[in-house]
Amino acid sequence: MSTAVSEIDEVKTTPWAGGRSPFSVEYGKLMMWFFLLSDAFTFSSLLISYGALRFSATTWPAADKVFQSIPGTSVNEGAPLVFVGIMTFILILSSVTMVLAVEAGHRMAKKEVTWWMIATVIGGFMFLGCQALEWTHLHGEGFWWGHIPDAEKLKEFFNDPITAASSVSTHQFANLFFTITGFHGFHVFTGVIINIIITINVLLGTYEKRGSYLMIEKVGLYWHFVDLVWVFVFTFFYLV
Amino acid sequence: MSTEPTHIHAGEEHGDTMTKGRIVKVALILSAITCIEFFIALYLVPHGKMTYHSANPVYIVLTLAKAFYIVAFFMHLKFEKITLIYAIVVPTLFIIGLILVLTNESHHWFDVWHPLS
Repeated sequence: MSTAVSEIDEVKTTPWAGGRSPFSVEYGKLMMWFFLLSDAFTFSSLLISYGALRFSATTWPAADKVFQSIPGTSVNEGAPLVFVGIMTFILILSSVTMVLAVEAGHRMAKKEVTWWMIATVIGGFMFLGCQALEWTHLHGEGFWWGHIPDAEKLKEFFNDPITAASSVSTHQFANLFFTITGFHGFHVFTGVIINIIITINVLLGTYEKRGSYLMIEKVGLYWHFVDLVWVFVFTFFYLV
Repeated sequence: MSTEPTHIHAGEEHGDTMTKGRIVKVALILSAITCIEFFIALYLVPHGKMTYHSANPVYIVLTLAKAFYIVAFFMHLKFEKITLIYAIVVPTLFIIGLILVLTNESHHWFDVWHPLS
């Protein structure tokens, strides 16, 4: 029978032969991936600008001197990385609870999905609360968009002696810090809002009726991306 | 639906997905890498066992390792079709290109703006 089919009429079955998606994922999930790719470009351009300005400066505020307090407690110095460490673990843990919600969704276990989603939302709020404390603390020290602490206080944030260049680089540091962590915090905030909407839909039984919890996977992708960005922000603002 | 983690390579198999055991394993790896970063930043560098400049490449490698685990396992990309993997990974190579170009460029600005230092 196959001898009767000419070469041009033969039905091709390669991934790009048409008639089906070569990616074999659902449309919304594919679009979420492409959105995240574009978002990755945006975050990269911000972080690359930060890197370019920092590498071209002679001096830069020392991270372990700027971030050495634990806002919300009486510890005001000598504890670098502790607070941001807590924030990092909160975000990693909320990523874990999100992936557990996805896993429960595969088993159509509505109750488990609900609880893991609620845990993820709580993790998101805890992170945002920490970030609010961190911003308030830095604002109290004199940092803000276009504002830096006065010359006397500025000394505390540098390992090298203060020069005219210190003031310029501290301005750059303050602007970039609030812009990048602010843009990231905005993503966390929208992620929390989306997670709440999805949790309500889970409770209403929307996905049970639909027969699939695929929507959990899509918002999960967004939430993990937010975690992914924080991994980079953490390294380049707090460690390097 | 088989959930045995026996076949690791990407793409074709159905049912090769994130089991609870694998989720815990990846979570532990991410936490461990973060702890190593803290150990370097809070112990090795302040005590002079590692210089500030030699720590930076280590941080970047560890960060990229974390990024790999988040994207491959939490975001499930490792288990998607190879076409989707390439559609996401290849464009990000342009970002790496931009990083290399602008790092080089910023060293040039440094030399132009601060010729004496």
